[in-house]
Amino acid sequence: MRNSGFDVLLSLNNLRRLMLGLGGTLEIAAVSVAVSVILGVLCGFAMMSKNRAVYALFRVYLEAFRIVPILVWLFLFFFGSAIVFGANLEGWFVSVLVFSLWGTAEMGDLVRGTVLSIPAHQWQSAEAIGLTPWQVRRFVIIPQTLRRIAPSAINLVTRMVKTTSLVVFVGVTDILRVGKQIIEFNMMKNPMASFWIYGFIFLIYFLICYPISRFSKKLEEKWSY
Amino acid sequence: MTAQKRDVILDIKGLRKSYGDKIVLNGVDICVERGEAVVIIGPSGCGKTTLLRCVNGLETHQGGTITIDGREAGSKNFDWILVRQKVGMVFQSYDLFPHMTVLENILLGPLRAQKRTREEASGQAIRLLERVGLADRVNDFPRQLSGGQRQRIAIVRALCMNPDIMLFDEVTASLDPEMVREVLDVILGVARQGMTMMIVTHEMGFARVAADKVIFMEGGVIAEEGPAKEFFTLPKTERARRFLNTFYFE
Repeated sequence: MRNSGFDVLLSLNNLRRLMLGLGGTLEIAAVSVAVSVILGVLCGFAMMSKNRAVYALFRVYLEAFRIVPILVWLFLFFFGSAIVFGANLEGWFVSVLVFSLWGTAEMGDLVRGTVLSIPAHQWQSAEAIGLTPWQVRRFVIIPQTLRRIAPSAINLVTRMVKTTSLVVFVGVTDILRVGKQIIEFNMMKNPMASFWIYGFIFLIYFLICYPISRFSKKLEEKWSY
Repeated sequence: MTAQKRDVILDIKGLRKSYGDKIVLNGVDICVERGEAVVIIGPSGCGKTTLLRCVNGLETHQGGTITIDGREAGSKNFDWILVRQKVGMVFQSYDLFPHMTVLENILLGPLRAQKRTREEASGQAIRLLERVGLADRVNDFPRQLSGGQRQRIAIVRALCMNPDIMLFDEVTASLDPEMVREVLDVILGVARQGMTMMIVTHEMGFARVAADKVIFMEGGVIAEEGPAKEFFTLPKTERARRFLNTFYFE
């Protein structure tokens, strides 16, 4: 009987290497998401500034990351840093930098849009009962913003996790790169290796992103009013 | 109020307010005494709502003075955040906080702004809820209530701050007709208990019953004012007569 090639996944060494690669991916995703959430909230409030120049600046920044593919940004920082500054930035660092810049821009826009979507009378009735400006935000505006922003913010997180697969192009050893190495190593004796390895990676991404998106659905139901 | 010393709680003098070129209030004088119910009527856009919003600082004014409880707005020892705790306001839009239960809505001000204890404030909240017939809805969310119920809760929320004066800004204007009555009854009950209030409304029947004094505004000024009985039976100005006529089919 012909070998199905599934045994490529049964090798402990291969699995261990894939998991290490996955760790690299998740690390980049986790750091970037954390940075994006914190800076994104600040950025969002800054974008609500009445100063038109400040707003215009953020708009340009945001659109730049929306229009230009993330891969191009990765290359720009990875190769550009060497040419312009003579500095050799590490792939890992470039990845975190680009993903954080992108996430911050998107998150900032989400925060801005959501806070603005809270009706004016919510602010006013909170002020009318004598709350201080900080209390108005703390008890009335932020809780409602959180509930409204959760689905799209979580969606952004899953998009960021998925897009980390690009870091392979700037030399980061992520799960995809490890997979490729294993496939190439087994090419001769196991032509089915690519199917199983990529299938496995597919499953891994699904297992990471699906629960996140389920969680967002749950929150949406729980917080609907 | 002959020889008696007048107990003025709100004194507005020459109030002016404009948005750009549009003048909304053009020199308004109103004096409200403790325990008095003042009803403000007038055509849409005459400045009634803006006037109320100036009284609790949601709008800034460009001229004239607002003196609340002896303190002039804008003066050194005047703080809107403190004043608003004494000036309750109920709006036209359903303005309950949707993410909080009825009780949390009512207690937010007393606990956070006034730093009262939960036991004491919630005791008062329950008593007020009983008075408006909604004690059983204490743990409901606003979405579970009808428009009329929400407005009654909004009134309780303002009352639970123990205000010196209550402002009602067309609180029944966006309600279904069958719910208007239950809300007006609550306001009337509060008035009968001696609460000082300024009410902007289009419900003339209610104004006639609830008001001690009626103020008729048009074009940013007070066109006529007087005791409710006189105003509704024998308005002095032609403009007021015409305005009142629009409410009756002939």
